[in-house]
Amino acid sequence: MNDLNTVLTTCPYCGVGCGVEVTKLENGLVSVQGNKSHPANFGRLCSKGSALADTIGLEDRLLHPMVDGKQTSWETALDAVTERLKKVISKHGPDAIAFYVSGQLLTEDYYVANKLMKGFIGSANIDTNSRLCMSSAVAGYKRAFGSDSVPCCYEDLELADLIVIEGSNTAWCHPIVFQRIVKAKKQRPELKIVVIDPRKTATCDIADVHLSIRPGTDATLFNGLLTALNQHNKVDWNFVNQHTEGLVDTLKAAEQTAPDVARVAQVCELNEQVVSQFYQLFINTEKVVTLYSQGINQSSSGTDKSNAIINCHLLTGRIGKPAAGPFSITGQPNAMGGREVGALSNQLTAHMELETPEHHDLVSRFWQTDNLAATAGLKAVDMFEAIAEGKIKAIWVIATNPVVTLPNADKVRKAIEDCELVIVSECELNTGTAARADILLPALAWGEKTGTVTNSERRISRQHSFLPHPGEAEEDWWILSEVAKRMGFGDAFNYQSSADIFREHAALSGFENNGKRDFDISGLAGISDQQYDTLLPVQWPVTLKNPAGTKRLFEDKYFFTRTGKAQLIPVIPRMPQNPVTVEYPLSLNTGRVRDQWHTMTRTSRSPRLNTHISEPIVQIHPVDASHYQLKNGGLARLESKWGNMLARVVVTEEQRIGSVFVPMHWNDFLASKGRVNSLVNPVVDSISGQPESKHTPVRIMPYGPVWYGFLFSRKAIKSIDSEYWVKIKGQQFYRYELAGEKTIENPSDWAKNQLGKNGEWIEFIDQGINRFRAARIVENQLESVVFIASEFDLPTRSWLSQLFSETTISDEVRMSLLAGKPGSGLADCGPMVCACFGVGENTIKDAVKTGSVKTVEEIGDLLKAGTNCGSCIPELQKIISG
Amino acid sequence: MKEKLVLIGNGMAGMRTVDELLKLSPDKFEITVFGAEPHGNYNRIMLSPVLAGDKKLSEIIIHDLQWYEDNNINLYIGKTITKIDHARHRVLADDGTIAEFDRLIIATGSVPVMLDISGKDLEGVISFRHINDVKVMIETAKTHKNAVVIGGGLLGLEAANGLIKQGMNVSVVHRNNVLMSQQLDQEAAGLLRSKLEESGMNFLLDHHAEALLGKKRVEKVRFRDGSVVKADLVVMAVGVRPNISLAQVSGIQCDRGILVDDSLQTMTPKIYAVGECVQHRDKTFGLVAPLFEQAKVLANHLVNNDVISYKSGATSTQLKVTGINLFSAGNFIGDRSTESMVYKDFARHIYKKLVIKNNKIIGIVLYGDTNDGLWYFSLLKDRQDISDMRENILFGQHHIETEMQIT
Repeated sequence: MNDLNTVLTTCPYCGVGCGVEVTKLENGLVSVQGNKSHPANFGRLCSKGSALADTIGLEDRLLHPMVDGKQTSWETALDAVTERLKKVISKHGPDAIAFYVSGQLLTEDYYVANKLMKGFIGSANIDTNSRLCMSSAVAGYKRAFGSDSVPCCYEDLELADLIVIEGSNTAWCHPIVFQRIVKAKKQRPELKIVVIDPRKTATCDIADVHLSIRPGTDATLFNGLLTALNQHNKVDWNFVNQHTEGLVDTLKAAEQTAPDVARVAQVCELNEQVVSQFYQLFINTEKVVTLYSQGINQSSSGTDKSNAIINCHLLTGRIGKPAAGPFSITGQPNAMGGREVGALSNQLTAHMELETPEHHDLVSRFWQTDNLAATAGLKAVDMFEAIAEGKIKAIWVIATNPVVTLPNADKVRKAIEDCELVIVSECELNTGTAARADILLPALAWGEKTGTVTNSERRISRQHSFLPHPGEAEEDWWILSEVAKRMGFGDAFNYQSSADIFREHAALSGFENNGKRDFDISGLAGISDQQYDTLLPVQWPVTLKNPAGTKRLFEDKYFFTRTGKAQLIPVIPRMPQNPVTVEYPLSLNTGRVRDQWHTMTRTSRSPRLNTHISEPIVQIHPVDASHYQLKNGGLARLESKWGNMLARVVVTEEQRIGSVFVPMHWNDFLASKGRVNSLVNPVVDSISGQPESKHTPVRIMPYGPVWYGFLFSRKAIKSIDSEYWVKIKGQQFYRYELAGEKTIENPSDWAKNQLGKNGEWIEFIDQGINRFRAARIVENQLESVVFIASEFDLPTRSWLSQLFSETTISDEVRMSLLAGKPGSGLADCGPMVCACFGVGENTIKDAVKTGSVKTVEEIGDLLKAGTNCGSCIPELQKIISG
Repeated sequence: MKEKLVLIGNGMAGMRTVDELLKLSPDKFEITVFGAEPHGNYNRIMLSPVLAGDKKLSEIIIHDLQWYEDNNINLYIGKTITKIDHARHRVLADDGTIAEFDRLIIATGSVPVMLDISGKDLEGVISFRHINDVKVMIETAKTHKNAVVIGGGLLGLEAANGLIKQGMNVSVVHRNNVLMSQQLDQEAAGLLRSKLEESGMNFLLDHHAEALLGKKRVEKVRFRDGSVVKADLVVMAVGVRPNISLAQVSGIQCDRGILVDDSLQTMTPKIYAVGECVQHRDKTFGLVAPLFEQAKVLANHLVNNDVISYKSGATSTQLKVTGINLFSAGNFIGDRSTESMVYKDFARHIYKKLVIKNNKIIGIVLYGDTNDGLWYFSLLKDRQDISDMRENILFGQHHIETEMQIT
């Protein structure tokens, strides 16, 4: 902290780990800027980070312990947790309970959860939602390097001459890393960008080459690259001979499965020029970083795919030096921290292995426990399978929402409903998981809790609190420690602060390490509380020898395998486990959208973030759309063997023919049928256990409701009388997108029943075509609006939503309300493009039309659009090019 | 030597015809005008504001006596023509005055219908048609308290409104429950009613006056259901009918009104008729707009002899009743074969309704906001298909225009 009113912390969203500067304002609110001195973002924030201040309200927060639906004291709640867990353990043994934790936990919370479960309860049934986003990357690294080591750093992206972005919509999912790449390319146009993605995403805007690859064929593409590198004598023989093993088999596997460009092009459904273009660039560029993410990881062969990538870097020795390496980028603020404390069921802690006897012995001694789990526990998907089968009787879910995020989510929801004991530590009240808990424990949220996180480049940063503890909410480590004490493990969990925990974690990482293990932050083991508080961002390893931390790994060419050599891994490409069929002919791809994060419990609180994409959508190629009779803007029903959902149709050429894309975000509190994971197949990578969330065979059909509509209300509505609904928080209103299967006999009553009768109602009825519109004015302010029609093409919502911020409704506006748009003379800013500054499409289009702006920069100068997070720049570009 | 033109009736239609004649050719005719009322020509429509005290009599005079002199028109006021002798081309007045004509225009207007019930001749039972009626009302208001207006049409409501302004307690008797049923549908009539009730008007709907009670002056009104109300003044405003008695006695062919052709000629040579007294193609007239149209046609015929024929097309009504704007046209009730589009903002006293058939407007009722009345009416007359403006048409023309701009 530099002064009392300013707090330096980090963003709670993606794995970029941007530094955030929070300023407390007089009115009790806060303002959020990027921290200029933070090496991850140097002051920049994306749309989500910029909107953090909107998300810290206490609305819908869990603030008190609840046991069996009744509010209780902490004492009662903690006793209940302890007693019930002990009961299950004594009856069925420790493996009958499980912890399911989260990449949003701070390292200290994470460490305590893992220590309690593995070290003292004695089961390894603790897994984390990070299993869903990067466990394949972890497994790939471990197979190649003998350790879960991310070799690169962000700077390497700026120094590189070629960046291969593989399976990542960086522009939307890691916007600030993307902005750093954009800036670098501006400064050095010779920096080449290759994007490999079935979809033409916003990331492709800076691509010199885009490979719109057939989903699931990435391993073939990189095997082909390996073959090509070999054929073009790009093997770094010194490096390969001295520092790697497995060359022969690996090359053989590659040559068998991807002998030449022609074969690769055929398998990946790409044209040969594009493939060789990519290969030539890789062959001829020494400084190359391959940046990869979920497109690689979320696959039944995700581990192999990451090794296929790593192989190419090992073969060419493009690793362990500036501007080179296979760079897995993570999706959560502390996925890396979770890996460091070992909160995955097949890890021990501090990058040690459960089933390695010397590690087991080392940790047992350090923790002074004789109950340390010795065998791997269940990975996320298997864990919930075991709950469904009744093998696991008790689950403690901490800071995550599995009924929305796990594949086959409906089955997961059922499993949790049927589970004997469900404990949930949460800061949110409205999560599908919390709704099904026997015991609810109120946890602190971002801005309230304090500790450390590690970002994608191994950089440990402090998260500081700047808000009071609301209600009775507590630190997760405190909750866990209190239960540990009650279970009789008091001595091992006698922490006074997160600093205590961090020091222990640091000490353990260095315990009998002497360079044998990659993760070593023993240099921080001795820091004082005050030093901990003012700890500056630093990249591990941090030892007493190099207290300043380590930019990149493997510069010494030493790897953490038994032989000290990196492993080339033979990869035989495998297609997704469930192929598309006649019955389910399309491949469902899932992922993030620009302005939402995870299950939206936080981002959906921010009106401006809800304006970019406000509904569950399904993107589909025009050819498929017409084949399945889907109209842009209409509604579609998607079905897989596992579940179904409803989504708004977006017809776009950016989608590949034969595959559809649906965002992962929507939960039951925001949409009646928007949980895409209820469709996703429960198929995992046999090594990493990561689900194949990027591919599920599905079918799609038009959803034919009797009526469509939307509804605005200043207050949230208790129950909505409509089969399809999506709830969208706006500036001083909630908007509901609706569609119904039953005809509304009396729309006027229907509206008043949901919104209340009082106030001045204005109504418009066209009985001829079942068109109904109504607005309610209370004390001269707009209170609610309803539009109902038999077709989905209703007027745009933008003008009406602006009116909720008006203190009075003029007569002219009042007359136009039910037209949904101003009469001539009033301006309509149109759908939101720049979420940061609230600049609408029409405003920008007008500026372009009048010729006052010609470039993205000029738009920025005139309207500020795109000058903050820049995530809308692709859209601005589109508008300019018409 | 000029042609002699005689006009019977110094009212709005007749004198408008004279105005048109003078415009076309000031010297063609030697004009003589007979008027039963002892005034120059005045604007009958403005009697309501006079009654309401918003205007003075002098302000509603169109042509004062001086004007007739200046235009060399022989004006006989207070003289009623009793006979038309078309064989001899002359007319005779009640005082024996005789005037010869080469052409004759009958513009005797209409007479208020007086319910044929007992007591209708009592003192204080009047109609609302002439300046004298207004004078009687204003005088009565000074000395009496309770007025009953029979008839909830436009005229009745304006009379009632005026009498309230004159300080009387007014009850309006109407035989059904829809006020101004010629112009309004039930919903609009309901709005109008509640608005007028606010101003203190009392309504006896679905009431049928059966008798007017009183010795010399009317005292009470008794209804079919036996109920009775106090009444020191009874104004009958149950409608008008063409004033054809003179024409009939003079053997000019009549039906409900004096029959005229498209150039406003009666079936008798040299004799014309114009205004509320005529029946053209089976229609009779009560509103001013078509009368003025007739005046134009007739004048043109008399001067140029060319036949621009009169067409009585669809008419719209735009009114201001006691300050409330109303517009109505066509079949604004609708039936099974029609669809209706309705906009309601009752808090703002606004109600708009379009009746649609095969995507064309066939009826209009506007209450409170009549800005787009004429536009809708032109769409109705042109039978324009409104499919592609249907979504926004009810919000007004400027919304359709923005539509155009956008697309």
